[in-house]
Amino acid sequence: MAEKILDVKDLEIRYVTDEETVKAVNGISFTLEKGESIGLVGETGAGKTTTALGILRLVPDPPGEIVGGSIEFKGRQLLDLTEKEMRQIRGGQISMIFQDPMTSLNPVMTVGEQIAEVVLLHNKISKAEARKKAMEMLEQVGIPGERCDEYPHQFSGGMKQRVVIAIALACSPELLIADEPTTALDVTIQAQVLELMRKLKQEYNTSLILITHDLGVVAKICDKVAVVYAGEVIESGTLKDIYTDKRHPYTIGLFDSLPDIENDSESLKVIQGMVPDPSNLPDGCKFHPRCPHATEACKTGVMPSIQVSETHMVRCNRFSAEV
Amino acid sequence: MSEILRVEDLKKYFETKKGTLHAVDGVTFTVEAGKTLGIVGESGCGKSTLGRVILHLHERTDGKIVFQGEDISDVSPAKLKALRKDMQIIFQDPYASLNPRMSLGNIIGEPLEIYGMCKSKEEKEKKVREIMDVVGLASRTYYLYPHELDGGRRQRVGIARALILDPKLIVCDEPVSALDVSIQAQILNLMMELQKERGLTYLFITHNLSVVKHISDDITVMYLGQMVEKADSAEIFKHQYHPYTKALISAIPLPKYDAPDNQIILKGEITSPINVTKSCRFAPRCIYAKPECFNTEPQLEEVAPNHFVKCHFVKEINNL
Repeated sequence: MAEKILDVKDLEIRYVTDEETVKAVNGISFTLEKGESIGLVGETGAGKTTTALGILRLVPDPPGEIVGGSIEFKGRQLLDLTEKEMRQIRGGQISMIFQDPMTSLNPVMTVGEQIAEVVLLHNKISKAEARKKAMEMLEQVGIPGERCDEYPHQFSGGMKQRVVIAIALACSPELLIADEPTTALDVTIQAQVLELMRKLKQEYNTSLILITHDLGVVAKICDKVAVVYAGEVIESGTLKDIYTDKRHPYTIGLFDSLPDIENDSESLKVIQGMVPDPSNLPDGCKFHPRCPHATEACKTGVMPSIQVSETHMVRCNRFSAEV
Repeated sequence: MSEILRVEDLKKYFETKKGTLHAVDGVTFTVEAGKTLGIVGESGCGKSTLGRVILHLHERTDGKIVFQGEDISDVSPAKLKALRKDMQIIFQDPYASLNPRMSLGNIIGEPLEIYGMCKSKEEKEKKVREIMDVVGLASRTYYLYPHELDGGRRQRVGIARALILDPKLIVCDEPVSALDVSIQAQILNLMMELQKERGLTYLFITHNLSVVKHISDDITVMYLGQMVEKADSAEIFKHQYHPYTKALISAIPLPKYDAPDNQIILKGEITSPINVTKSCRFAPRCIYAKPECFNTEPQLEEVAPNHFVKCHFVKEINNL
């Protein structure tokens, strides 16, 4: 068994305002081993990004609040750490790549300074050494080191995302959280960036949490998948479990609604209805109003977590009889 | 089948401080009535500009636009107004393309007023409610404002607005790229049903290859303002002859376990469309490029029936 690096248990996060309580994350659990990568897949509003922010304790508070659960990172309980200890971890041992490379870089600092900044924060080295490290990192992500004195606007979208990756990897983190890292990019550039991430992940043996709605991207770089719906993991397993033996009606619907590039079909199968409003979630299975197999039993209570195999979990009433 | 739209050697240049930007540079195609032409390319390839030039939202620099057998390259404002009734557009961003201060009823009904097509308020309301029903918007949303709707419903409003004048041609500029996959599927199905019922012609502009394959009859691939490959949809996904199309299609991550890893990773990024020279515009990124590619511009050549490719060495590369 490889070393367990992250253990998220029953994480619950809410956004509380005067008018309403948004239940963004409702008991998400998953584990990650060293060097492993997991894809958190789901649609807008499923709670993927909030989960990631929760791990880094960056959920804006107020209105956000971590109301329950635990996050264990290398044996340390992250939720019990002080803000100061947390700052040691952020950017050092756990770092994050945000979705939009256009807005996550500082427009008035050179890219070299931005990489050096994180290196200086987490290591006792001189500015000159940090600058050298910044140039090395740029080379690592395929940008000539001489460009380290240029500003973000002088780079294209794909290059900016490379810079963001360089910043995230500068301190050789043990865990990297990438939130839709390629969504803003064109497909040929996306292919370049994914290839780069895969290479660097192998080289540094970094664990990865990849947040995305793109099932194709997950298939390219993840070992495990957790499908998130309305703040819950409704199915999880290895890549093979999910892609070849999907069980949950939502997972099946998600795959079916993708236009298939290899086969022709007249019309796409769709999931009826909309993602539920997280401030007003249905009782019982959160998916039951849209589910073609829903029965009376699905409308109340907690859905059972069923182990289809050692690695494959599904939360659905349909499978409780089988096991 | 009859042709509804033809563009010949269409060009649109923008003058910038650094020089002339060749946004659309010599595009030629025809679309038959009731069919869908997919225009695919990455950011900056000129696909949106092309759609806008056809609708006269930008004025062309050169070339010819023929719509329903009539040359509409230069038209008077009055004539253009009449034309727009038959040519509509659905925009990419359902958040930015709806006026936040107008109710849905007014947004969808505004074209009717502009064209004086209803005599009374009641008639307008009736027509708007009819079209709302067609696109699957509940009647109760008539008095709502855009901010009260989610992305999928907003895009339905955009579609209803484009449909209300009963146009013949709709330019769809990335209509589903801002939507989640399950909603995207709903909108694509709706658009295909509408096409069947009303005999609509679509010019479908997108960067998403799996979407374009699903909806299009013919596909044109654009790179830096030019068409590099054109064929019918099934053909182009079976045989890609241009090195760019090959890379583009291989770059799509497939949602499959154990998908074959035969990706072509392109080097570099799209080059600048400013002050281009007579050369193959893809040459700097092409793995097959030879000196000739940097000196002379290739022509669009028919390599298989109805399959056109713009590449000097298409025969050598593909053993044709």
